[in-house]
Amino acid sequence: MKGTVRLKTGLAEMLKGGVIMDVTTPEQAKIAEDAGACAVMALERVPADIRAQGGVARMADPTVVKRIMDAVSIPVMAKARIGHFVEARILEALGVDYIDESEVLTPADDKHHIDKRAFTVPFVCGCRNLGEALRRMAEGAAMIRTKGEPGTGNVVEAVRHCRQVMDEIRILCALPEDEVANYAKSCGAPLEAAIAVRRKGRLPVVNFAAGGIATPADAAMMMHLGCDGVFVGSGIFKSGNPEKRAKSIVQAVTNYRDYAMLAEVSRDLGEAMTGMEISAITPAERMQERGW
Amino acid sequence: MPTVGVLALQGAFREHMEALRRAGARTAEIRQRGHIADIDALIIPGGESTTIGKLLVEGDMLDPLKIRLRTGMPVYGSCAGLILLCRTIENSDQPRLGVLNAKVRRNAFGRQVDSFEAKLAVPEIGSAPFHAVFIRAPVITEIGPDVRVLAEIGGQAVAVRENNVLATSFHPELTRDLRLHRYFIGMCGAGAKQGLDRDRTKV
Repeated sequence: MKGTVRLKTGLAEMLKGGVIMDVTTPEQAKIAEDAGACAVMALERVPADIRAQGGVARMADPTVVKRIMDAVSIPVMAKARIGHFVEARILEALGVDYIDESEVLTPADDKHHIDKRAFTVPFVCGCRNLGEALRRMAEGAAMIRTKGEPGTGNVVEAVRHCRQVMDEIRILCALPEDEVANYAKSCGAPLEAAIAVRRKGRLPVVNFAAGGIATPADAAMMMHLGCDGVFVGSGIFKSGNPEKRAKSIVQAVTNYRDYAMLAEVSRDLGEAMTGMEISAITPAERMQERGW
Repeated sequence: MPTVGVLALQGAFREHMEALRRAGARTAEIRQRGHIADIDALIIPGGESTTIGKLLVEGDMLDPLKIRLRTGMPVYGSCAGLILLCRTIENSDQPRLGVLNAKVRRNAFGRQVDSFEAKLAVPEIGSAPFHAVFIRAPVITEIGPDVRVLAEIGGQAVAVRENNVLATSFHPELTRDLRLHRYFIGMCGAGAKQGLDRDRTKV
Protein backbone atom coordinates (compact mmCIF):
# COMPACT_ATOMS: atom_id res chain seq x y z
CA MET A 1 0.00 0.00 0.00
CA LYS A 2 1.34 3.43 -0.97
CA GLY A 3 0.07 6.97 -0.46
CA THR A 4 -2.01 6.09 2.63
CA VAL A 5 -2.99 8.66 5.25
CA ARG A 6 -0.68 6.89 7.71
CA LEU A 7 2.32 7.24 5.36
CA LYS A 8 1.52 10.88 4.65
CA THR A 9 1.01 11.94 8.26
CA GLY A 10 3.81 9.56 9.31
CA LEU A 11 6.51 11.43 7.39
CA ALA A 12 5.39 14.64 9.13
CA GLU A 13 5.71 12.84 12.50
CA MET A 14 9.36 12.10 11.59
CA LEU A 15 10.00 15.82 10.93
CA LYS A 16 8.86 16.85 14.44
CA GLY A 17 11.30 18.78 16.57
CA GLY A 18 13.07 19.83 13.39
CA VAL A 19 13.67 22.86 11.19
CA ILE A 20 12.65 23.00 7.52
CA MET A 21 14.61 25.61 5.60
CA ASP A 22 13.83 27.47 2.36
CA VAL A 23 16.62 27.03 -0.20
CA THR A 24 16.99 28.30 -3.77
CA THR A 25 20.20 26.53 -4.89
CA PRO A 26 21.93 23.15 -4.34
CA GLU A 27 24.65 25.02 -2.42
CA GLN A 28 22.11 26.47 0.02
CA ALA A 29 20.50 23.03 0.34
CA LYS A 30 23.89 21.58 1.36
CA ILE A 31 24.36 24.36 3.93
CA ALA A 32 20.91 23.61 5.35
CA GLU A 33 21.58 19.86 5.52
CA ASP A 34 24.99 20.39 7.13
CA ALA A 35 23.39 22.70 9.71
CA GLY A 36 20.98 19.92 10.71
CA ALA A 37 17.77 20.81 8.82
CA CYS A 38 15.31 17.89 8.88
CA ALA A 39 14.08 18.86 5.37
CA VAL A 40 14.44 21.65 2.84
CA MET A 41 11.88 23.62 0.82
CA ALA A 42 13.05 24.06 -2.79
CA LEU A 43 12.14 27.47 -4.21
CA GLU A 44 13.12 29.84 -6.99
CA ARG A 45 12.91 32.89 -4.73
CA VAL A 46 12.51 33.19 -0.96
CA PRO A 47 9.35 34.97 0.27
CA ALA A 48 11.17 38.25 1.01
CA ASP A 49 12.25 38.48 -2.66
CA ILE A 50 8.82 37.45 -3.94
CA ARG A 51 7.35 40.24 -1.84
CA ALA A 52 9.93 42.78 -3.04
CA GLN A 53 9.72 41.87 -6.72
CA GLY A 54 5.94 41.51 -7.00
CA GLY A 55 4.26 39.94 -10.04
CA VAL A 56 2.85 36.39 -10.21
CA ALA A 57 4.83 33.86 -8.16
CA ARG A 58 4.61 30.29 -9.49
CA MET A 59 5.97 26.80 -8.85
CA ALA A 60 9.77 26.67 -9.19
CA ASP A 61 11.41 25.49 -12.41
CA PRO A 62 11.66 21.66 -12.23
CA THR A 63 15.40 21.93 -12.95
CA VAL A 64 15.89 23.93 -9.74
CA VAL A 65 13.86 21.41 -7.73
CA LYS A 66 15.65 18.41 -9.27
CA ARG A 67 19.13 19.83 -8.62
CA ILE A 68 18.23 20.43 -5.00
CA MET A 69 16.83 16.88 -4.71
CA ASP A 70 20.12 15.53 -6.08
CA ALA A 71 22.21 17.65 -3.70
CA VAL A 72 20.86 16.38 -0.36
CA SER A 73 19.75 13.12 1.29
CA ILE A 74 17.09 14.72 3.52
CA PRO A 75 13.44 15.15 2.39
CA VAL A 76 12.79 17.88 -0.19
CA MET A 77 9.55 19.85 -0.22
CA ALA A 78 8.35 22.25 -2.92
CA LYS A 79 5.57 24.81 -3.23
CA ALA A 80 2.56 24.75 -5.56
CA ARG A 81 0.07 27.62 -5.96
CA ILE A 82 -3.18 27.35 -4.02
CA GLY A 83 -5.61 25.35 -6.15
CA HIS A 84 -3.05 24.59 -8.87
CA PHE A 85 -3.42 20.82 -9.02
CA VAL A 86 -1.34 20.52 -12.19
CA GLU A 87 1.67 22.21 -10.59
CA ALA A 88 1.17 19.73 -7.75
CA ARG A 89 1.04 16.79 -10.19
CA ILE A 90 4.27 18.00 -11.79
CA LEU A 91 5.99 18.18 -8.40
CA GLU A 92 4.68 14.70 -7.55
CA ALA A 93 6.05 13.37 -10.85
CA LEU A 94 9.43 14.93 -10.02
CA GLY A 95 9.41 12.90 -6.80
CA VAL A 96 9.40 15.67 -4.17
CA ASP A 97 8.68 14.32 -0.70
CA TYR A 98 6.08 16.91 0.39
CA ILE A 99 4.13 19.65 -1.39
CA ASP A 100 3.37 22.96 0.30
CA GLU A 101 0.13 24.36 -1.15
CA SER A 102 1.31 27.81 -0.29
CA GLU A 103 -0.02 31.34 0.06
CA VAL A 104 3.53 32.55 -0.63
CA LEU A 105 2.79 31.89 -4.31
CA THR A 106 0.00 33.65 -6.20
CA PRO A 107 -3.24 31.64 -5.88
CA ALA A 108 -4.39 29.89 -9.06
CA ASP A 109 -7.99 29.36 -7.92
CA ASP A 110 -10.03 31.90 -5.97
CA LYS A 111 -12.47 29.34 -4.51
CA HIS A 112 -10.98 25.87 -4.33
CA HIS A 113 -7.90 24.30 -2.83
CA ILE A 114 -6.28 21.21 -4.32
CA ASP A 115 -8.05 17.89 -3.62
CA LYS A 116 -5.04 16.53 -1.80
CA ARG A 117 -6.60 13.14 -1.06
CA ALA A 118 -6.21 12.23 -4.73
CA PHE A 119 -2.39 12.36 -4.53
CA THR A 120 0.26 9.84 -3.42
CA VAL A 121 2.58 12.63 -2.26
CA PRO A 122 1.61 14.31 1.05
CA PHE A 123 0.73 18.02 1.43
CA VAL A 124 1.30 20.68 4.06
CA CYS A 125 -0.98 23.76 4.18
CA GLY A 126 -1.02 27.02 6.10
CA CYS A 127 -3.73 28.22 8.48
CA ARG A 128 -4.61 31.21 10.66
CA ASN A 129 -7.24 29.47 12.79
CA LEU A 130 -8.72 26.08 13.61
CA GLY A 131 -11.43 26.20 10.93
CA GLU A 132 -8.85 26.79 8.23
CA ALA A 133 -6.64 23.98 9.59
CA LEU A 134 -9.52 21.51 9.64
CA ARG A 135 -10.77 22.48 6.17
CA ARG A 136 -7.29 21.84 4.79
CA MET A 137 -7.16 18.49 6.59
CA ALA A 138 -10.58 17.56 5.21
CA GLU A 139 -9.13 18.22 1.74
CA GLY A 140 -6.30 15.82 2.59
CA ALA A 141 -3.51 17.93 4.09
CA ALA A 142 -1.29 15.61 6.18
CA MET A 143 0.56 18.41 7.95
CA ILE A 144 -0.42 21.92 9.02
CA ARG A 145 1.61 25.07 9.60
CA THR A 146 0.75 28.57 10.69
CA LYS A 147 0.67 31.10 7.87
CA GLY A 148 2.28 33.95 9.75
CA GLU A 149 3.28 36.71 7.37
CA PRO A 150 5.98 35.29 5.07
CA GLY A 151 9.05 37.28 4.09
CA THR A 152 8.72 39.85 6.88
CA GLY A 153 11.13 38.49 9.51
CA ASN A 154 8.39 39.51 11.95
CA VAL A 155 7.11 36.68 14.13
CA VAL A 156 3.97 38.43 15.41
CA GLU A 157 1.57 36.92 12.86
CA ALA A 158 2.86 33.36 13.38
CA VAL A 159 2.35 33.86 17.12
CA ARG A 160 -1.16 35.20 16.55
CA HIS A 161 -2.10 32.26 14.31
CA CYS A 162 -0.61 29.66 16.62
CA ARG A 163 -2.33 31.08 19.69
CA GLN A 164 -5.61 31.31 17.77
CA VAL A 165 -5.49 27.62 16.80
CA MET A 166 -4.51 26.53 20.32
CA ASP A 167 -7.26 28.67 21.91
CA GLU A 168 -9.90 27.24 19.63
CA ILE A 169 -8.73 23.68 20.35
CA ARG A 170 -8.96 24.37 24.11
CA ILE A 171 -12.48 25.76 23.74
CA LEU A 172 -13.59 22.90 21.48
CA CYS A 173 -12.30 20.32 23.97
CA ALA A 174 -14.03 21.99 26.92
CA LEU A 175 -17.47 22.36 25.32
CA PRO A 176 -20.40 20.12 26.27
CA GLU A 177 -21.27 17.58 23.58
CA ASP A 178 -24.42 19.40 22.40
CA GLU A 179 -22.55 22.63 21.60
CA VAL A 180 -19.89 21.06 19.41
CA ALA A 181 -21.81 21.19 16.12
CA ASN A 182 -22.59 24.87 16.44
CA TYR A 183 -19.03 25.75 17.48
CA ALA A 184 -17.63 23.82 14.51
CA LYS A 185 -20.04 25.71 12.25
CA SER A 186 -19.00 29.06 13.71
CA CYS A 187 -15.30 28.23 13.07
CA GLY A 188 -16.02 26.98 9.57
CA ALA A 189 -14.71 23.56 10.59
CA PRO A 190 -16.09 20.27 9.24
CA LEU A 191 -17.88 18.54 12.15
CA GLU A 192 -16.10 15.19 11.73
CA ALA A 193 -12.72 16.91 11.94
CA ALA A 194 -13.80 18.88 15.02
CA ILE A 195 -14.84 15.63 16.72
CA ALA A 196 -11.44 14.10 15.88
CA VAL A 197 -9.71 17.07 17.57
CA ARG A 198 -11.84 16.61 20.71
CA ARG A 199 -10.93 12.92 20.82
CA LYS A 200 -7.19 13.62 20.60
CA GLY A 201 -7.10 16.87 22.57
CA ARG A 202 -4.93 18.33 19.80
CA LEU A 203 -4.71 18.56 16.01
CA PRO A 204 -4.61 15.02 14.61
CA VAL A 205 -1.67 15.98 12.39
CA VAL A 206 1.69 17.62 12.98
CA ASN A 207 1.58 21.43 13.27
CA PHE A 208 4.65 23.56 12.44
CA ALA A 209 5.24 27.29 12.82
CA ALA A 210 5.95 29.36 9.72
CA GLY A 211 5.90 32.92 8.43
CA GLY A 212 8.30 35.43 9.97
CA ILE A 213 10.69 33.33 12.08
CA ALA A 214 14.13 34.96 11.98
CA THR A 215 16.02 34.14 15.19
CA PRO A 216 16.69 31.16 17.51
CA ALA A 217 14.53 32.90 20.12
CA ASP A 218 11.63 33.18 17.64
CA ALA A 219 11.91 29.46 16.90
CA ALA A 220 12.06 28.48 20.59
CA MET A 221 9.05 30.68 21.36
CA MET A 222 6.97 28.90 18.71
CA MET A 223 7.91 25.55 20.28
CA HIS A 224 6.77 26.83 23.69
CA LEU A 225 3.45 27.85 22.16
CA GLY A 226 2.90 24.23 21.16
CA CYS A 227 4.23 23.94 17.60
CA ASP A 228 5.91 20.66 16.64
CA GLY A 229 8.73 22.29 14.64
CA VAL A 230 9.45 25.33 12.48
CA PHE A 231 9.80 26.43 8.88
CA VAL A 232 12.34 29.18 8.29
CA GLY A 233 11.88 30.91 4.97
CA SER A 234 13.81 34.07 4.25
CA GLY A 235 15.22 34.19 7.81
CA ILE A 236 18.35 32.15 7.09
CA PHE A 237 19.64 33.03 3.64
CA LYS A 238 18.66 36.72 3.97
CA SER A 239 20.81 37.01 7.11
CA GLY A 240 24.48 37.92 7.51
CA ASN A 241 25.76 34.43 8.43
CA PRO A 242 23.40 31.73 7.11
CA GLU A 243 25.54 28.73 8.25
CA LYS A 244 25.72 29.87 11.83
CA ARG A 245 22.12 31.09 12.05
CA ALA A 246 20.80 27.84 10.55
CA LYS A 247 22.74 25.76 13.05
CA SER A 248 21.60 27.93 15.94
CA ILE A 249 17.95 27.68 15.00
CA VAL A 250 18.24 23.86 14.84
CA GLN A 251 19.75 23.89 18.35
CA ALA A 252 17.07 26.27 19.60
CA VAL A 253 14.22 24.04 18.43
CA THR A 254 15.64 20.96 20.17
CA ASN A 255 16.64 22.79 23.36
CA TYR A 256 13.80 25.32 23.53
CA ARG A 257 13.44 24.94 27.29
CA ASP A 258 17.14 25.40 28.07
CA TYR A 259 17.62 29.17 28.36
CA ALA A 260 21.35 29.03 29.05
CA MET A 261 21.77 27.07 25.83
CA LEU A 262 19.52 29.55 23.97
CA ALA A 263 21.69 32.40 25.24
CA GLU A 264 24.76 30.57 23.94
CA VAL A 265 23.37 29.84 20.46
CA SER A 266 21.95 33.37 20.07
CA ARG A 267 25.42 34.99 20.34
CA ASP A 268 27.29 36.61 17.46
CA LEU A 269 24.97 35.51 14.69
CA GLY A 270 25.63 38.61 12.57
CA GLU A 271 22.86 40.65 11.00
CA ALA A 272 19.36 39.18 11.12
CA MET A 273 17.23 39.76 8.01
CA THR A 274 15.72 43.21 7.83
CA GLY A 275 12.25 43.00 9.37
CA MET A 276 8.99 44.62 8.33
CA GLU A 277 6.23 46.10 10.44
CA ILE A 278 2.99 44.29 9.54
CA SER A 279 1.00 47.55 9.53
CA ALA A 280 3.28 48.78 6.73
CA ILE A 281 1.83 46.08 4.46
CA THR A 282 -1.61 46.84 3.05
CA PRO A 283 -4.20 44.09 3.70
CA ALA A 284 -4.33 43.35 -0.04
CA GLU A 285 -0.59 42.62 -0.01
CA ARG A 286 -0.70 40.33 3.00
CA MET A 287 0.01 36.78 1.88
CA GLN A 288 -1.89 35.35 4.86
CA GLU A 289 -5.19 36.59 3.34
CA ARG A 290 -4.75 34.11 0.48
CA GLY A 291 -6.60 30.80 0.86
CA TRP A 292 -10.27 30.07 1.49
CA MET B 1 10.71 -2.10 36.36
CA PRO B 2 13.34 -0.78 33.93
CA THR B 3 13.32 2.86 32.82
CA VAL B 4 13.42 3.08 29.03
CA GLY B 5 14.81 6.36 27.74
CA VAL B 6 13.65 7.70 24.39
CA LEU B 7 16.11 9.93 22.55
CA ALA B 8 14.05 13.13 22.16
CA LEU B 9 16.31 15.34 20.04
CA GLN B 10 14.17 15.19 16.89
CA GLY B 11 11.62 12.87 15.27
CA ALA B 12 8.81 10.57 16.43
CA PHE B 13 9.80 10.30 20.08
CA ARG B 14 6.28 11.10 21.35
CA GLU B 15 4.89 7.99 19.62
CA HIS B 16 7.57 5.72 21.12
CA MET B 17 6.91 7.14 24.60
CA GLU B 18 3.20 6.43 24.16
CA ALA B 19 3.80 2.87 22.93
CA LEU B 20 6.17 2.17 25.85
CA ARG B 21 3.67 3.50 28.37
CA ARG B 22 0.92 1.33 26.87
CA ALA B 23 3.29 -1.64 27.07
CA GLY B 24 3.79 -0.90 30.77
CA ALA B 25 7.33 0.53 30.85
CA ARG B 26 8.61 3.51 32.78
CA THR B 27 9.85 6.14 30.30
CA ALA B 28 12.15 9.16 30.24
CA GLU B 29 12.90 11.76 27.57
CA ILE B 30 16.61 11.93 26.78
CA ARG B 31 17.56 15.40 25.57
CA GLN B 32 20.89 16.05 27.26
CA ARG B 33 24.07 14.28 28.28
CA GLY B 34 23.06 14.41 31.93
CA HIS B 35 19.98 12.26 31.26
CA ILE B 36 21.98 9.26 30.02
CA ALA B 37 23.09 7.87 33.39
CA ASP B 38 19.56 7.36 34.71
CA ILE B 39 18.21 4.92 32.13
CA ASP B 40 18.29 1.12 31.79
CA ALA B 41 17.54 1.00 28.06
CA LEU B 42 17.23 3.35 25.10
CA ILE B 43 15.01 3.79 22.05
CA ILE B 44 16.23 5.90 19.13
CA PRO B 45 13.15 6.98 17.17
CA GLY B 46 12.53 7.62 13.52
CA GLY B 47 13.33 11.12 12.34
CA GLU B 48 16.08 12.57 10.19
CA SER B 49 19.25 10.57 10.93
CA THR B 50 21.63 13.35 9.81
CA THR B 51 19.86 15.85 12.10
CA ILE B 52 19.81 13.52 15.12
CA GLY B 53 23.48 12.59 14.54
CA LYS B 54 24.53 16.24 14.50
CA LEU B 55 22.53 17.02 17.64
CA LEU B 56 24.19 14.04 19.39
CA VAL B 57 27.61 15.47 18.51
CA GLU B 58 26.69 19.06 19.48
CA GLY B 59 25.26 17.85 22.80
CA ASP B 60 28.39 15.76 23.60
CA MET B 61 26.15 12.71 23.84
CA LEU B 62 27.68 10.44 21.19
CA ASP B 63 30.56 9.06 23.28
CA PRO B 64 28.72 8.57 26.58
CA LEU B 65 25.97 6.73 24.71
CA LYS B 66 28.50 4.56 22.85
CA ILE B 67 30.06 3.57 26.17
CA ARG B 68 26.71 2.58 27.67
CA LEU B 69 25.70 0.61 24.56
CA ARG B 70 29.06 -1.17 24.30
CA THR B 71 28.75 -2.27 27.91
CA GLY B 72 25.43 -3.92 27.18
CA MET B 73 22.61 -1.41 27.67
CA PRO B 74 19.69 -2.58 25.47
CA VAL B 75 18.94 -0.26 22.57
CA TYR B 76 16.24 -0.28 19.91
CA GLY B 77 16.41 1.93 16.82
CA SER B 78 13.61 2.35 14.29
CA CYS B 79 14.32 3.79 10.82
CA ALA B 80 16.66 6.75 11.52
CA GLY B 81 17.48 4.95 14.78
CA LEU B 82 18.59 1.89 12.82
CA ILE B 83 20.82 4.07 10.62
CA LEU B 84 22.45 5.67 13.67
CA LEU B 85 23.17 2.24 15.19
CA CYS B 86 24.90 0.78 12.12
CA ARG B 87 28.68 0.65 11.85
CA THR B 88 28.68 1.44 8.11
CA ILE B 89 26.37 3.83 6.23
CA GLU B 90 26.60 3.65 2.43
CA ASN B 91 27.84 6.92 0.85
CA SER B 92 27.79 8.84 4.10
CA ASP B 93 30.21 9.99 6.78
CA GLN B 94 27.41 11.31 9.03
CA PRO B 95 27.85 10.88 12.81
CA ARG B 96 26.63 7.53 14.21
CA LEU B 97 26.77 5.26 17.25
CA GLY B 98 28.05 2.36 15.16
CA VAL B 99 27.35 -0.43 17.70
CA LEU B 100 25.51 -2.70 15.23
CA ASN B 101 27.86 -4.70 13.02
CA ALA B 102 25.99 -4.05 9.79
CA LYS B 103 25.96 -1.89 6.68
CA VAL B 104 22.87 0.21 5.88
CA ARG B 105 21.57 1.88 2.73
CA ARG B 106 19.50 5.01 3.41
CA ASN B 107 16.27 5.73 1.49
CA ALA B 108 16.66 2.26 -0.03
CA PHE B 109 13.12 2.02 -1.43
CA GLY B 110 13.14 5.51 -2.96
CA ARG B 111 11.51 8.80 -2.03
CA GLN B 112 8.29 9.51 -0.10
CA VAL B 113 6.01 8.50 -3.01
CA ASP B 114 7.61 5.03 -2.71
CA SER B 115 6.93 4.74 1.04
CA PHE B 116 4.65 1.78 1.77
CA GLU B 117 2.80 -0.35 4.30
CA ALA B 118 3.07 -4.15 4.23
CA LYS B 119 2.28 -7.26 6.28
CA LEU B 120 5.58 -8.63 7.47
CA ALA B 121 6.50 -12.01 8.98
CA VAL B 122 8.51 -11.51 12.19
CA PRO B 123 8.57 -15.04 13.70
CA GLU B 124 10.62 -13.89 16.71
CA ILE B 125 7.63 -11.95 18.12
CA GLY B 126 4.82 -14.34 17.11
CA SER B 127 3.18 -16.02 14.14
CA ALA B 128 0.72 -13.24 13.26
CA PRO B 129 2.20 -10.88 10.63
CA PHE B 130 3.29 -7.40 11.74
CA HIS B 131 1.74 -4.40 9.98
CA ALA B 132 4.92 -2.59 9.03
CA VAL B 133 5.07 1.09 8.00
CA PHE B 134 8.08 1.98 5.82
CA ILE B 135 8.70 5.73 5.36
CA ARG B 136 11.72 6.65 3.21
CA ALA B 137 13.07 3.54 4.88
CA PRO B 138 16.61 2.12 4.96
CA VAL B 139 17.59 -1.54 4.47
CA ILE B 140 20.49 -3.51 5.86
CA THR B 141 22.75 -4.69 3.05
CA GLU B 142 25.49 -6.55 5.00
CA ILE B 143 25.61 -8.11 8.45
CA GLY B 144 28.34 -9.35 10.79
CA PRO B 145 28.49 -12.93 12.12
CA ASP B 146 26.57 -12.23 15.36
CA VAL B 147 23.68 -10.35 13.72
CA ARG B 148 20.41 -12.26 13.38
CA VAL B 149 17.87 -11.22 10.73
CA LEU B 150 14.38 -11.08 12.28
CA ALA B 151 12.49 -10.00 9.14
CA GLU B 152 13.16 -9.34 5.50
CA ILE B 153 11.45 -7.95 2.40
CA GLY B 154 12.50 -9.21 -1.02
CA GLY B 155 15.62 -10.78 0.49
CA GLN B 156 16.66 -7.53 2.23
CA ALA B 157 16.96 -7.36 6.00
CA VAL B 158 14.52 -4.90 7.63
CA ALA B 159 14.69 -6.10 11.26
CA VAL B 160 17.82 -7.39 13.01
CA ARG B 161 19.23 -8.13 16.44
CA GLU B 162 22.79 -8.37 17.68
CA ASN B 163 22.94 -9.15 21.41
CA ASN B 164 21.62 -6.00 23.15
CA VAL B 165 20.92 -4.14 19.90
CA LEU B 166 17.54 -4.32 18.13
CA ALA B 167 16.81 -2.40 14.92
CA THR B 168 13.97 -2.14 12.39
CA SER B 169 13.62 -0.20 9.13
CA PHE B 170 9.93 0.30 9.83
CA HIS B 171 7.89 2.19 12.44
CA PRO B 172 5.96 0.06 14.98
CA GLU B 173 5.30 3.31 16.91
CA LEU B 174 2.90 4.38 14.15
CA THR B 175 0.64 1.34 14.68
CA ARG B 176 -1.27 -0.09 17.66
CA ASP B 177 0.77 -3.33 17.65
CA LEU B 178 2.91 -3.38 20.81
CA ARG B 179 4.69 -6.70 20.20
CA LEU B 180 8.03 -5.18 19.21
CA HIS B 181 8.01 -2.79 22.16
CA ARG B 182 7.16 -5.68 24.51
CA TYR B 183 9.92 -7.78 22.95
CA PHE B 184 12.35 -4.92 23.55
CA ILE B 185 11.23 -4.47 27.16
CA GLY B 186 11.88 -8.23 27.50
CA MET B 187 15.47 -7.62 26.35
CA CYS B 188 15.92 -5.30 29.33
CA GLY B 189 15.70 -8.33 31.68
CA ALA B 190 17.77 -11.50 31.30
CA GLY B 191 18.69 -10.94 27.64
CA ALA B 192 20.43 -7.68 28.38
CA LYS B 193 22.59 -9.20 31.10
CA GLN B 194 23.63 -11.98 28.72
CA GLY B 195 24.66 -9.38 26.14
CA LEU B 196 26.73 -7.66 28.79
CA ASP B 197 28.57 -10.89 29.74
CA ARG B 198 29.25 -11.75 26.13
CA ASP B 199 30.71 -8.30 25.52
CA ARG B 200 32.97 -8.70 28.52
CA THR B 201 34.31 -12.09 27.43
CA LYS B 202 35.18 -10.59 24.04
CA VAL B 203 37.32 -7.95 25.74
